[in-house]
Amino acid sequence: MTAVTSTGSGAKSLPLILARELAANLSTAMFLLDATGTLVYFNDAAELIIGKPFSELGEISAAEFGEVLHLADPDGAALRRRDSPAGVAFLERRPAHRVLLVTGYDGERRLVEATAYPLFGAAEEMHGVVSVFWQLATPESTE
Amino acid sequence: MQARVWGCRGSLATPGADTVRYGGNTSCVEVRLESGDLLILDAGTGIRPLGASMDGESFEELHIFLTHLHLDHLQGLGFFRPLFRPGAKVHLWGPASPVQSLADRIAIYLSPPLFPVRLADIPADITFHDAPEHGVTIGSATVRAANVAHQGPTVGYRIEEHGKTLAYLPDHEPSLGVELSDQPPSWISGHEVAHDADVLLHDAQYGDDEYPSHVGWGHSSIEHVMGFANKADVGMTVLFHHDPYHSDDELEALLVEARRQCDTVGDDVCLAHEGMTISLDRDGIRFG
Ligand SMILES: [Zn+2]
Ligand SMILES: [Zn+2]
Repeated sequence: MTAVTSTGSGAKSLPLILARELAANLSTAMFLLDATGTLVYFNDAAELIIGKPFSELGEISAAEFGEVLHLADPDGAALRRRDSPAGVAFLERRPAHRVLLVTGYDGERRLVEATAYPLFGAAEEMHGVVSVFWQLATPESTE
Repeated sequence: MQARVWGCRGSLATPGADTVRYGGNTSCVEVRLESGDLLILDAGTGIRPLGASMDGESFEELHIFLTHLHLDHLQGLGFFRPLFRPGAKVHLWGPASPVQSLADRIAIYLSPPLFPVRLADIPADITFHDAPEHGVTIGSATVRAANVAHQGPTVGYRIEEHGKTLAYLPDHEPSLGVELSDQPPSWISGHEVAHDADVLLHDAQYGDDEYPSHVGWGHSSIEHVMGFANKADVGMTVLFHHDPYHSDDELEALLVEARRQCDTVGDDVCLAHEGMTISLDRDGIRFG
């Protein structure tokens, strides 16, 4: 009886699959990162923020993410991805919450409240990150 | 490898005149490898007659792979006579938990007042293992486990030997809240267990008309199992984990419906029954 190594079939882990099923049934914007930090799914509500459907963009590596969504503090100062809730959840493996300005492909800035949390499996292994965005009143409309 | 079904009933043992053709014992499948090793999938009430059939058989060690700890997959364990041979080497595999060891979880059932004998007092030499997510080689086969959608921590098992694959997913709800046909295979629960399997034993608890009132219960409708098998491109789909309320006649009606659905996708399907044998070897796949 010997251990063998995984075939690495590309199959998504069950926590990610279940998170995606949840996201697909919500009207709240939800993004999923896998254990490598790749954006592997966002739902229809998130499409409104990104400005393009997931079916068009497909999976987005951590390196390419900056081209998809520009993040800033509410005062407009650019925010490094590592300081975003998803960045904190992924890199520091803890939940995080913050108000952000996000700009997607349509160029429109949106004020959102974002919460992200890591997904740990039954053996405490990291499966990825769930990131949820609630859109607040836009900066323009608050003026 | 040679597989034999000792129990294919779901949820609760269901003896009686209505279930004699397909059987009333709960999940248990014996798998004999070409190397002579014995693997047992689940320890439902079907493991009792399997154990009785082993009286007089000597073995070096055997492996019991539990998909999860619902009673219909565990209840027979205390009646598996080889466990009462002092020193018999038994490997017990099951889903991992961050809270309690597999032994502690099984001991909840195998201890008074639910059972007269404590797990710690069972004479066999039992070694507990987390289900082999990255695969384990046993004799001439490789066994892999993956977590799958059901109620609570649950895995499915994939056994490969000499290019033939048997997949076992007795309790599985692969399309909870989503349309299976729309999903990329890598996003389907259980796909990595079942893809390209020669034979798939899969949950078929509900008729398509029964499923809407059982959403989230962790089981499949006929449409789900056939859709899942089609996506996974399996050879033969064996409908397994029969609902305790389904008589033999009702199971055969479900098979007619499954065949109607698989006519459109080109797969093949049959009903698991107690005593069913499945040979997967270099000569091909044979059912008995
Ligand atoms: Zn079951
Ligand atoms: Zn179950």
